[in-house]
Amino acid sequence: MTEFIEELKFVFLDDNRYKLLVEGFFNTLKITAGALLIGVVIGIVVAAIRSSYDKNKETMKLRGGIGYRVLAVINAICKVYLTVIRGTPVVVQLMICYFIVFVSAQDGVPVAIFAFGINSGAYVAEIFRAGIMSIDNGQFEAGRSLGFNYFQTMRYIIIPQMFKAVLPTLCNEFIALIKETSVAGYVGVSDLTKSGNVIAGRTFEYFIPLLTVAAIYLIIVSLLTSLVGKLERRLRKSER
Amino acid sequence: MNDNIIEVKGLKKHYTGGAVRALDGIDCEIRRGEVVVIVGPSGSGKSTLLRSLNLLEVPTEGQILFNGADITAPKTNINKHRQKMGMVFQHFNLFPNMNIIKNMTLAPTKILGKSEADAEKQAEELLVKVGLVDRKEAYPSQLSGGQKQRIAIVRALCMEPEVMLFDEPTSALDPEMVGEVLDVMQDLAKQGMTMVVVTHEMGFAKEVADRVIFMDEGVIIEEGTPDDIFNNPQSERLKSFLSKVLI
Repeated sequence: MTEFIEELKFVFLDDNRYKLLVEGFFNTLKITAGALLIGVVIGIVVAAIRSSYDKNKETMKLRGGIGYRVLAVINAICKVYLTVIRGTPVVVQLMICYFIVFVSAQDGVPVAIFAFGINSGAYVAEIFRAGIMSIDNGQFEAGRSLGFNYFQTMRYIIIPQMFKAVLPTLCNEFIALIKETSVAGYVGVSDLTKSGNVIAGRTFEYFIPLLTVAAIYLIIVSLLTSLVGKLERRLRKSER
Repeated sequence: MNDNIIEVKGLKKHYTGGAVRALDGIDCEIRRGEVVVIVGPSGSGKSTLLRSLNLLEVPTEGQILFNGADITAPKTNINKHRQKMGMVFQHFNLFPNMNIIKNMTLAPTKILGKSEADAEKQAEELLVKVGLVDRKEAYPSQLSGGQKQRIAIVRALCMEPEVMLFDEPTSALDPEMVGEVLDVMQDLAKQGMTMVVVTHEMGFAKEVADRVIFMDEGVIIEEGTPDDIFNNPQSERLKSFLSKVLI
């Protein structure tokens, strides 16, 4: 037992190595939170465009005008975005961002936030789109018949209902995102995984640092899951 | 002064490139303060006609004039016109994530810019009229079908429409709840509301309608007073339709 404590002391306390872990922990949180925000914003916009196009292309074609052509072009751009992002590995996207797009970047964290945000946006968009499509068309018609325009109907009626419907799937995506950020080390960001790895490399002790890192991820994910569970229950309560 | 609130001219609605002709040349007008009931066998295009009146269905051809303005013209701001055309659906379409009062005040506050308090006051007055003011905090899932439909009617009334469109408002209800909804509609008619009603309730058509339109296969076969239509049908198709429905 004392031997184990000695080892812990050596791994984490000598040279203040625990500070690496703390820094990594906060970097992981920063990247995840930032990417989440970007992902949700992109997701809502892309999902709204894609489902608007799918739902209305026939009526819009009939009514004619420039609106239809503009929407068709934007929809095509969204489709390309989804295909490219979902068709390539996130590590490759991250490295392209860091070594090609933002080649002069000093700090890897904002670049990682950007890259993971763009990546997550594609998946969130499809989740939201499925949510929007799952809402009964009667809700759209009720909104429109009251005099709401398309965007107001989306904002006040469809998206609040969509959000509730997709919350579990969305939570799943966020869990995946947290763990995906563990590849941020590829572009020199000292996130949680990288820090664990650095400590292991310096001490030649792999067991303790890596298991600690794993435990921290597990705790973050568990906390998030229980938080979303609570939110879900609260949203559902409003219906009974 | 032109007292036609709605005029329909040569309205056609075709699907799949003309293979399906849901509406095949409709001409009719709705006068202010009139209750018009549209009847006909299923698939006759009566719901399509009603949904065309506020452009939930975009017609393939023809014109719809609302208060003299052509709402089928591409430049029209249809949202402005829809604010004056209330609609009630077969499946209620209440917003399930909002309570009753929120269902009713959402559009007046967000579209007309009414204050929350004004909108609630107006909503409560309407709820008193339909006997549901004690359920104002309830959610749609806690209400019966008849209650939901009564709420749907007053939700539309909150926008103070000039005309109310009813798309088979009692078809999804249990038989014992049909009466309560028809009562609300009858009261509304008595107050002078212009109403266009698609329904299978022939009793309602007979009692409340000023004019009945009989449609089949996308065209108007006959129209006239309830007495003309029900007691003195001219066409074979109307006669055979009436012989099949219970009155």
